[in-house]
Amino acid sequence: MIYLELFLIFLGIGAFTFGGGYAMLPLIQDAVAAKGWLTEEELVNFMAVSESTPGPFAINMSTYVGMEVGGLPGAVIATTGVVLPSFIIILIVAKFFAKFKDSFVVKGCMSGLKPAVIGMIATAVLSTGMTVLFPAGFALATFTTVSFLGALVIFGGSLIMALKKVHPIVIILISAVTGIIVGFVFKL
Amino acid sequence: MDKADVKVKRTPKEYFTLFLTFFKIGAFTFGGGYAMIPLIQKEVVDNHKWVTADDILEVIAIAESTPGPIAVNAATFVGYKFGGFLGAFMATLGVVTPSFFIIVLLSSVISRFQDNKVVQYAFFGIRAGVLALIVKALINMYRKCPKSPVAYFIFAFSFIMVALLNIKAIYVLIGCALIGLTASFVAKRKEAKK
Repeated sequence: MIYLELFLIFLGIGAFTFGGGYAMLPLIQDAVAAKGWLTEEELVNFMAVSESTPGPFAINMSTYVGMEVGGLPGAVIATTGVVLPSFIIILIVAKFFAKFKDSFVVKGCMSGLKPAVIGMIATAVLSTGMTVLFPAGFALATFTTVSFLGALVIFGGSLIMALKKVHPIVIILISAVTGIIVGFVFKL
Repeated sequence: MDKADVKVKRTPKEYFTLFLTFFKIGAFTFGGGYAMIPLIQKEVVDNHKWVTADDILEVIAIAESTPGPIAVNAATFVGYKFGGFLGAFMATLGVVTPSFFIIVLLSSVISRFQDNKVVQYAFFGIRAGVLALIVKALINMYRKCPKSPVAYFIFAFSFIMVALLNIKAIYVLIGCALIGLTASFVAKRKEAKK
């Protein structure tokens, strides 16, 4: 039952995503890789699309994965799944705000989840880094190839821009143009 | 939070305005989350006066510290304060709808152009750019996270488990929540003994 699987997976992702979209990547990668739904490269490509289209990153990602896996019904189910935990939790919190704010259990769990988010994003950096720099697997010979060096230069330039607070959409546009130029000049 | 303001009776037209307002917020913010906060403040506090400036800060603090996309959390919360369950539903539906349709349309376009050389090269560049954005997010989150020995342990533990040992992320996150809870409990016991 692919729809039930989609729903449950995105329910889990919605319930365990903190601090913005990127922390959800290992969760999505788990699901997508285990089922063979999308390749790692397709996933990274789509992150860029999610960044450059309006709306919450998490919603964009779930709608896309749902759409790829199960068409329009898949998109509806994945998006509903990712939204539902937030919706229910916030309703409960809004009702019992005072109790929630001072709850020892909630605070304790949050103190463990906040650093775990960093671990999740670090995992996303590692897996995305492998996809971007070593698409054919890690090998010493890769270090001198044009595609490796090209990707490395674009990554470095983008990181400098990101740290200088250039808007993500501008960074993605510049990376795209650079990618096209490098691709045609060196006939990748 | 006082419950009096939740019981306000709203007309269908007002619910529709709520939906439209969050639709607009969903349609005009890129990257989600933090980028959305100023727009939510402008619409919800300044234009419509549905919640006060103080309340919205509270909403944002809660949206950040509960699971799920910040935009969805904020929409649900503001909607609930506006008009109970139906308000929460309409606001959430509003903020999600634009993304949903844009992505559904785009996903069919993308698969059609996937074999195009220009598109392939563009994505080759874009993937490297996205890697930089994730590294930036890592740096930001690291700066914002409270530092303590337990936090460093959880950071290392979660990375090793998921990235190196390939344990499912969801189990590791549940484990980290339990570690945090246990550590808080131990700290509380120590404090009580003093």
